[in-house]
Amino acid sequence: MSVAASPAAPPLRPVMEPVPCRVTSVAKETHDTFTLAVAPPPGDPISAFEPGQFSMLYVYGVGELPISISGDPAVRESLTYTIRSVGQVTYQLVTRQPGDFIGVRGPFGSSWPLKEARGKSVLIVAGGIGLAPLRPAIYSILRHRGDYNRLVILYGSRSPRDLLYKKEFAAWGLLPDTQALCTVDYGGVTWRGHVGVVTTLFRHVRMQPKETVAMICGPEIMMRYAARELEARGLPPEQIYLSMERNMKCGAGFCGHCQMGPYFVCKHGPVFSYPQIKPYLDLYEL
Amino acid sequence: MRRKSYRLDENGLEALIARLREQGYTVYGPKADDSALHWRPIAGCADLPRGWTQELAPGRARLVPDSSSAMFHHWPCAEGLKAILHLSIVRVMAARRDNGAFRILDNPPPAEKCAFLGVRPCDLAALAILDRVLLGDRYADDIYQARRQGAFLVAIHCQQSAPTCFCASMGSGPRARTGFDIALAEFVEGEAPEYFAEAGSPAGLDMLEACGATPAPPEWARSVEEGCTRAAAAQTRRVDVHAAPQLIDALFESPHWEQVARRCLACGNCTSVCPTCFCVNYEDRTSVDGLEAERWRLWDSCFTQGFTYIHGGSVRASVKARYRQWLSHKLARWQAQFGTPGCVGCGRCIAWCPVGIDITEEFRQLQLSAAAAASYPIKD
Amino acid sequence: MAPAEMKNVLTSHPFLEGLPEKYIDMLSKLAFEVRFEQDEVIFREGDPSSLFYLILEGKVALEMGAPGRQIIIQTLEAGDELGWSSLLENTTKQFRARCVEPVRALAFDGARVVNLCEEDHEFGYHIMRRALALVAERLRASRFQALDVYSPKGVRAQ
Repeated sequence: MSVAASPAAPPLRPVMEPVPCRVTSVAKETHDTFTLAVAPPPGDPISAFEPGQFSMLYVYGVGELPISISGDPAVRESLTYTIRSVGQVTYQLVTRQPGDFIGVRGPFGSSWPLKEARGKSVLIVAGGIGLAPLRPAIYSILRHRGDYNRLVILYGSRSPRDLLYKKEFAAWGLLPDTQALCTVDYGGVTWRGHVGVVTTLFRHVRMQPKETVAMICGPEIMMRYAARELEARGLPPEQIYLSMERNMKCGAGFCGHCQMGPYFVCKHGPVFSYPQIKPYLDLYEL
Repeated sequence: MRRKSYRLDENGLEALIARLREQGYTVYGPKADDSALHWRPIAGCADLPRGWTQELAPGRARLVPDSSSAMFHHWPCAEGLKAILHLSIVRVMAARRDNGAFRILDNPPPAEKCAFLGVRPCDLAALAILDRVLLGDRYADDIYQARRQGAFLVAIHCQQSAPTCFCASMGSGPRARTGFDIALAEFVEGEAPEYFAEAGSPAGLDMLEACGATPAPPEWARSVEEGCTRAAAAQTRRVDVHAAPQLIDALFESPHWEQVARRCLACGNCTSVCPTCFCVNYEDRTSVDGLEAERWRLWDSCFTQGFTYIHGGSVRASVKARYRQWLSHKLARWQAQFGTPGCVGCGRCIAWCPVGIDITEEFRQLQLSAAAAASYPIKD
Repeated sequence: MAPAEMKNVLTSHPFLEGLPEKYIDMLSKLAFEVRFEQDEVIFREGDPSSLFYLILEGKVALEMGAPGRQIIIQTLEAGDELGWSSLLENTTKQFRARCVEPVRALAFDGARVVNLCEEDHEFGYHIMRRALALVAERLRASRFQALDVYSPKGVRAQ
């Protein structure tokens, strides 16, 4: 089996050099998650991304991290990232103010199979912050709605206060031929919605498994469960896609950190088809 | 391809070094330094390790006195050419604060005209592998490129093998086939060594002729071939690397990994001396006043505990998982990624491992355990 | 509910899928329809197990409370079953079941169902097999929940 990466066009600048971009807005999504928008230089390749790709974001003097792009790919004037504050660099990113600058490199990685899904129904299964890398795919599908059949968005989070994009999510559910269902692992006394892991939503989905493409993103355990469950329900495995995550220091295949079996998650992923990644998903400490 | 055979004496070799230096090359050669052989800049033949040879065995790499007058009676240096071409510490970015924003400063890669004298065939093969990884994939490493392009390579065929060598089974030696400007073989009959030389490039040919190389005696070429063949036959270690890709996934749960893990210190010596290991890490540094920031790139090793750190823990937390990753990558996964194995059979990891873990033996044990598992009868 | 409609409802409930008709008949004689209002509590933690429900409409939250904490750990809807522990003797309810939406369900006296299982072992096998599958699914989901996969630090044992 060969996993050769196809050569891209020659870069305009060294691939390790960040582009300073001005922060235009910082919006609070939940208690620990914020959405940052930056203004890339007009027409700069860093903003020409496909849904599912990520950027390497640099905080001056502090460090750099891979963050999935969570905005609309058709809007080139802005690059949007939804970031959960869990460590030093992410804390610095979410505490930026409009007018600050951060460095951006990319876009890197593989993308969601929007072309392959044309003419089919799309099932989006997101867990926690995993909805962020899927949102650009949702935007693209909504922009070209006629190219797809049913759209189902299933979203699971830890608790009601961890749900992202609440208003947008509700709006998606009201669109024709679209289902948007969410669930939480732990509900509070005022929560009137569904409680249970995200796979418990599958039985509420109206779809024809054979003509459905599933795009899954979330904690790895959740993705394993979801993919397995979907395959058991009749989705052809080659129509199931996952977005994997590993330690990345460069995003460009040099540092070697993100390897998972034969794959570099930064080059061959982060989006993988289920048959590609399945042999390696169940191997602990791979 | 028949190449014309030349003869160089020691004066010719001296002239070769001098001429390269005149042309602006930093000439690197194997130098005895700090109890081992390292690639160091040399000024002439006096800097070469005449009078020294190596004792190489699992967990043992010693420089010991040598009574012959040979200058190349040894095997690979402690590290491959990556020590010079894929720098272990290098700045990749500099930035400066600028009115609330920051500016990326010009940071030209540290280019150097490098010439290498005495490159073993395994190291030539390793260089081709690094070229594929760092220049031939989706993105090119501009630092490696700046130093690699224009490098002048004087290889040396191995007429003897060390106990730790297994280049023959990896197809990377003991005879250098391609990728060099000049290839030598050393003959020591009496007091002074003489050199069989062949050109591998127009630049190499020019250089040989300018250094007073004369046509070699007709039997020399065959003598070199025979010497290389003898050296290959003398190798007792081998790796059945063609079997690696199919086996490695099936062997993931093999109990043998636990056996290795008990001995492995996860010290990372193997990755440090391996001529093809390329993993790096990046470190961000600021000046105390915060006005200047830099990013530095350093060699890293998959054996470190934090190499796979994500979400509060490491994916490969155990030493077992880390050793398994290194061997699997080097022998099998590299083939899927880059078309060839990552190993060239130089044997450095065997010699420089403090506890003498032998990659060839470990793979052999894994193959045996796979065969045993396959033939284990399942009772009805 | 008329007997014919009762049989239809039972036959189409996922929990009883594939149950032979004669056993549907037996169950239809035991079942009775119940309705609960929003926020009504069906059973409390510690209640002696007695009734077993097949939910037809609405939503029930299974919840647990402690000082300063009240957590819903699962919601059950149409097509789900509630109170499987009633099929085991000498157990009490582990959670509180509260209606998040008005609920309509078919209720069974667990003790009577168990008696029927004793009298007709084939019936018992059918019921227990379904109960086992149900409990297995709940266990799987609970374990997944226990992993707390959305926690920022992932899952750590130490």
